[in-house]
Amino acid sequence: MKSNRKSGSQGIKWVLISVSVLFMAIMLVLPLVSVIVNSLSLGIPFYLKSLHTEYTLSALMVTLLAAVIAVLVNTFFGIVAAWLITKFSFKGKQTLAALIDIPFSISPVIAGLAFLMTFGRLGWANSYINQINQLFGVDIKIVFALPGVVLATIFVTFPFVSREIIPVLHAQGTDEEEAAALMGASGFYIFRKITFPHIKWALLYGVILCTARALGEFGAVNALSKARGKTFTLPLEIDALYLAGSSDSITAAFAVSSILVIMAVTVIVARNILEYQAGKKQGRYES
Amino acid sequence: MKKRRRWVFLFLLFGTLSLLMACAKPTVKQADGKLTITNASYDPTREFYTAYNQKFEAYYLNKTGKQIEVIQSHGGSGSQARSVIEGAGADVATLALAHDITLIEKAGLIEPGWIKEFKDNSAPYTSTIVFLVRKGNEKGIKDWDDLIREGVSIITPDPKSSGGACWNFLGAWYYAGNSFHENEDQMKDFLKKLYANVTVMDPGARGATTTFVENGQGDVLIAWENEAIMAMKEYPDKYEIVSPSSSILAQPSVAIVDENADKNNTQEAAKDYLDYLYTDEAQKLIGEYGYRPSNQAILKEFSNKFNLETKLCTIDDFGGWDEAYEKFFADGGIFDEIYEN
Amino acid sequence: MVKKYIKKDRVIPGFGLTMGITLLMLSFLVLLPLLSVLVFSMRLTPQEFIQLITKENVINSFQTSILCSLIAAVINCFFGIILAWVLVRYEFPGKRIMDGLIELPFALPTAVAGITLSKLYSDTGILGKPLAQLGLKISYTKVGLLIALVFIGLPFVVRAIQPVLEKLDPQYEEAAYILGAGRIRTFVKVVLPELKPALWTGFGLAFARGMGEYGSVIYISGNSAKEKTQVVSYVIMQKLNYVDYAGATAIALVMLIISFLILLLINMIQICQSRRTNYI
Repeated sequence: MKSNRKSGSQGIKWVLISVSVLFMAIMLVLPLVSVIVNSLSLGIPFYLKSLHTEYTLSALMVTLLAAVIAVLVNTFFGIVAAWLITKFSFKGKQTLAALIDIPFSISPVIAGLAFLMTFGRLGWANSYINQINQLFGVDIKIVFALPGVVLATIFVTFPFVSREIIPVLHAQGTDEEEAAALMGASGFYIFRKITFPHIKWALLYGVILCTARALGEFGAVNALSKARGKTFTLPLEIDALYLAGSSDSITAAFAVSSILVIMAVTVIVARNILEYQAGKKQGRYES
Repeated sequence: MKKRRRWVFLFLLFGTLSLLMACAKPTVKQADGKLTITNASYDPTREFYTAYNQKFEAYYLNKTGKQIEVIQSHGGSGSQARSVIEGAGADVATLALAHDITLIEKAGLIEPGWIKEFKDNSAPYTSTIVFLVRKGNEKGIKDWDDLIREGVSIITPDPKSSGGACWNFLGAWYYAGNSFHENEDQMKDFLKKLYANVTVMDPGARGATTTFVENGQGDVLIAWENEAIMAMKEYPDKYEIVSPSSSILAQPSVAIVDENADKNNTQEAAKDYLDYLYTDEAQKLIGEYGYRPSNQAILKEFSNKFNLETKLCTIDDFGGWDEAYEKFFADGGIFDEIYEN
Repeated sequence: MVKKYIKKDRVIPGFGLTMGITLLMLSFLVLLPLLSVLVFSMRLTPQEFIQLITKENVINSFQTSILCSLIAAVINCFFGIILAWVLVRYEFPGKRIMDGLIELPFALPTAVAGITLSKLYSDTGILGKPLAQLGLKISYTKVGLLIALVFIGLPFVVRAIQPVLEKLDPQYEEAAYILGAGRIRTFVKVVLPELKPALWTGFGLAFARGMGEYGSVIYISGNSAKEKTQVVSYVIMQKLNYVDYAGATAIALVMLIISFLILLLINMIQICQSRRTNYI
C-alpha cells in the first residue's frame, strides 16, 4: 500500500518535472538560443563587424551610463523608502507604497509621455529650463538628450530595490531596532549594524534586477530619444537595425541583441551565486 | 557621532550628485569645432541618407574646410514631426509629406513660406506608390481593384503615423474616384473593402516592408516605389513590382527647422545640406537609391528603372495637403470612417 | 494599538529624514511627470474625455490588453504553480539552472524578447513554420500577443509562490493524505489556500505588467485594428505619433488609474500576508 503510493508520487514527480522542463524549454530557452543562432547566421566575422560600429559603441556607452546612474539613485531611494515603510506606522502608508510601485506596472510608453509633457518643448517645465539656461548661459536639455534617457531609466526601475527590501524588513519586524534605539544608538548606527545585515542579500538582488531592467528599457526611452549614435541605447539601436529591414541588418540586430542576452545571463548567474551564498549563510528569506 | 554624520552626508551627496550628473552631463558643447547637424527624416530614407551624408560631409570639408557630422534620425514621418515639435532639436526635416512639415511650421519652428525656399516645391526627389507581390503573383494582382478581392491579404502601414501610408490611401482614393465617377459613397465602400483586407498595419513604412519581406506576411505590400525597388535589389528572385494603372506622385518635402538651426548656429550648413540634394551628383545618388530625381534630365537616365507611363495624380488634385489631411486623416475623417466601423 | 503607533514613531529615529527623502524623490522623479499627464488631460471636458476613450479602436485595445493579460496571467498561474512546486519540492539534476532561468524574462530586454519571439513564431521561424503547416498562425495574431505576455509575466508568479511554498510544512499535506484525502483534494484543500495570497500577488503583478507591456508586444502582435491586436500602449504611441496629445493623455490616464488600483490591491494582499506569517 505504502510503496504503491510512493511510486505513484514518483510518477507525478517526473510528470511535473517533464512538464516544467518542456514549458521552460519552449518558452524561455528557445528564444534565447534563437537570438544566438540568428546573430551568428552570417558567420562570426559579420557578427563582430556588426558589433564594432560607431552606433553600437555609442549605444553601449549611453546604456551603461543610464544604467549606472539609475542603479545608484534607486538603491539610495530603495533603502530610504524601505526603512520608512517598514519601521514606522503612519497614515497613508499603503497609498505611499502603491505610489512607489507605480512605475513597476505602468506602461513605459506612459513614462515617456509623462516626461515629454513635463520637459518637452510643449511641457510646462520647458520655459523654466529656458530661463535657467539664459540666466547661466548654459544649454541644458532634458528630453531628446541624455538626461531624458537617464530620467526615463530611473523612472522605470524606480521601485526595484525597495520592492526587494520591504518584504524582508517586514518579516524581520522592528523589535531589534527599537531595542537598539532605546539603548541610545543613533539611526544610522542602527541601520548599519542591525538592519543592513538583514537586507544585504535582498538589496543586492534588487540592485541586480534594477541593473537588468535599466539595461533593457525600451518603451520609455523610445519616446524620448531620437538621435542615433548620440542618445540611442542598445535596445533602440536594436530596434533601428531591425526596422532597417534588410536581412543583413536584422542579423546585425540579433548580434547587438546577443550583447544584451549575455548581460542578462550574467545577471542571472550573478543572482544565483548570490542566492547560493546567502543561502549558505542564512535561510533564503529568513532573517 | 562625527563618523555617523559623515556617512549620512556622503550618502546624501551620492544621491544628489547622481541626480546632478544626470542633468548636467550634456551641457558640454562640442569643443573641437566640429559642426553637427541633425536630420529628422522618415522611415525608408535610411540607406539613401547614409550614403548622401558621406558624400555631403566630404563635399562640405572640401568647400569650407570645416568638418561636419550629420546625425540621422528615422521613424514614421508623423512621429518624426512630433518629436521635432516636442524639442528633438533637428536642424533639417526631410519628411514624407508636406503636411508633416506644416505641422512643425504651425508649432512655430519653421518659418512660413518654407515650401518656396528650395527648388521644385522643396521636393528634391519624388516617388510613387506601387505594389510589391511575391514572385509568380499567385493572386494575379494587376491593379487597385484586385486588392479588394476576397482572400487577398494586404500589408500597408497606418496612415495615422506613417506618411507613406497617407500616399497609399490617396492613391487608392484617386483610382476609386476614376472608377466610380467621383461617387463618394462608392469610393468609401471601395476603400473600406480594401482596408478590410489589410492584415498587418505597421506604424511605419519600413516596418511594413519588414513584415512583408522578412516575416513573410501577406500577398501584397502597398509600398513606396523606392521601398519596392530596394526589396527587389535585395531579393531579385523573390518578388515582383506591379505598377497599377494609376497612382500618385508622392512628394517628400525638405525644410530647415529655423528655430533649431538659429539656436545651433547651423542655418548655413543646413542650407548647404539641402541645396546639395539638388546637385547632379546627389540627384544621381537619389536615382540609384530608387527615388525619382526632381531633375528631369537625370530622371530620364533612370527611365528603365521607373515606370514613367503610370498615370499620376498629385496632391493638388486633392486641394493640397491642408485640405486633404483634414478631409481624410484627421480624427473623424474618411479614414476613421472606413476603418473603424 | 494606538500606544504601539506612537511608540514606534518615537523610538526608532529617522522618520522625518526618510519621509522627506522618500517624498522628495518620489515627487520629482515619478509623481511630477505623471502629474503633467493628469494636468494635460484635465484640459479636456468630461464629454471630450469620454468621447476620446470610447472610440472603437480605443475600446478594442483595452479589451485586447485586458483580455490577453488576464489569460496570460491565468496561464502563468497554472504553470507557475507547477514550476514553483517542482523547484521547491523535488530534487533533480539541473534544478539550479532551471531556477535561475525563471528570471530570464526579467533580465532580457523587452525589445530583444519582442524581435526574437516574432522571428521564432513567424511563418518562416523555427516554431512558426511547422505550426503554420498545421494551419496555426502565431505571429501577428492574438496568440502571439499572448505568448509574449506569458513570457514576460512568468517570473512574477513563480517568484511570488516560491517563498510561501518553501515555508509550507509538507507535514500538513502528509497528514491530510494519510487521513485519506486524495492527492488532488489534498492540494486543493490544504496547499492552495496557503498559496492563495501569494498567487493573487503574482497574478496581479503579471496582469499589471501585461497591461503596460510595449517592447515585447509590438513586434509580434501585428498591430492590426481589424484583428484587434492593438494593445493600449500601442494606441497611445500611435496617438502620440499623430500629435494627438489629448487622445494619448486620456488613454494614459485611464491606464494610470487601472495600474494604481491593481498595485493598491497587491500591496494590501502583501501586507495581510506578512501579518499572517508574522503572527502565526
